[in-house]
Amino acid sequence: MSDLHLFSVVSTIVAALAIALGVFYPARAMGRAVAAALEAPARQPEAEKPISRTLFIGLAMIESLAIYCLVIALIILFRNPLLEYFLK
Amino acid sequence: MNNVIIWHFHRLVFTEPLLLSLGVSACLVALALVLRQRIALASGGPPVIVEAAYQLMHDAVAEVVGATHVERVLPFVGTLWLFILLANLLGLVPGLVSPTRDLSITSALAITVFAAVHVFGVRACGWKAYLRHYLAPNPILLPFHLISEITRTIALAIRLFGNMMSLEMAAMLVLLVAGLLVPVPLLLLHVVEALIQAYIFGMLALIYIGSALEAGQQAQPPPTPSVPEERS
Repeated sequence: MSDLHLFSVVSTIVAALAIALGVFYPARAMGRAVAAALEAPARQPEAEKPISRTLFIGLAMIESLAIYCLVIALIILFRNPLLEYFLK
Repeated sequence: MNNVIIWHFHRLVFTEPLLLSLGVSACLVALALVLRQRIALASGGPPVIVEAAYQLMHDAVAEVVGATHVERVLPFVGTLWLFILLANLLGLVPGLVSPTRDLSITSALAITVFAAVHVFGVRACGWKAYLRHYLAPNPILLPFHLISEITRTIALAIRLFGNMMSLEMAAMLVLLVAGLLVPVPLLLLHVVEALIQAYIFGMLALIYIGSALEAGQQAQPPPTPSVPEERS
């Protein structure tokens, strides 16, 4: 197995792992956030609007973490800067 | 990621997202001019849907920003909302791409927000009070304030770009794997996502501006709990 083979296999595995872990934890966090936000208006129905606004903002923040992982995985797969060393 | 270069003009290069975003801006300006003329003619005021949209945006801004600043902040945030919404939805038109899937365009929007936060902050409470809030609890925290300013701008750009690009890429991959008409549910998700991302981008810009406006007044009393932390 040449270096290039090893490189492509490892980078594929790492990209898949990165996106798997990077989606798993934000998904758990989003689940907890939504669950907590659903519980709150049951106790205080008048506070629904600020809660839903804060929930949306918080979900966007958490989601952006998953998006960072996606961007990194795409960089590893399509625009890997280390690939130049092999192709030189 | 593959930007089709449409037009060379001397040394300027016009890519497809750039031309499309210029088109979206032109559409919005034309719409605004037509509406202004209709309102000026006093023929029953603006159409109901336009009034409802304006009222919606006005209420959302008024919830975050103090009543004295609404008139100043609303044009900026409303423009962001409308532009990003139209730009996101443009990806659903066959043959066109969302301009917001280009990192250059989302970065330009995020830099605009970055500048606007400081402009609004300085105009609201003056140079001294505004700059002092960087030293607010303790001067030791100054580097963290500065880092947060930069990272939240980068996060704003990457969030919009990543969402739009990943959705379009997912739809394309499903099309390659499964065939015609299968990605239609994904495209429905695209509509929802376009709305949510436009809302989130404008809302985050609004919250950043709101926290800058309150920076001067917030030196003495503790911060209001309604404003969430602006780190990400």
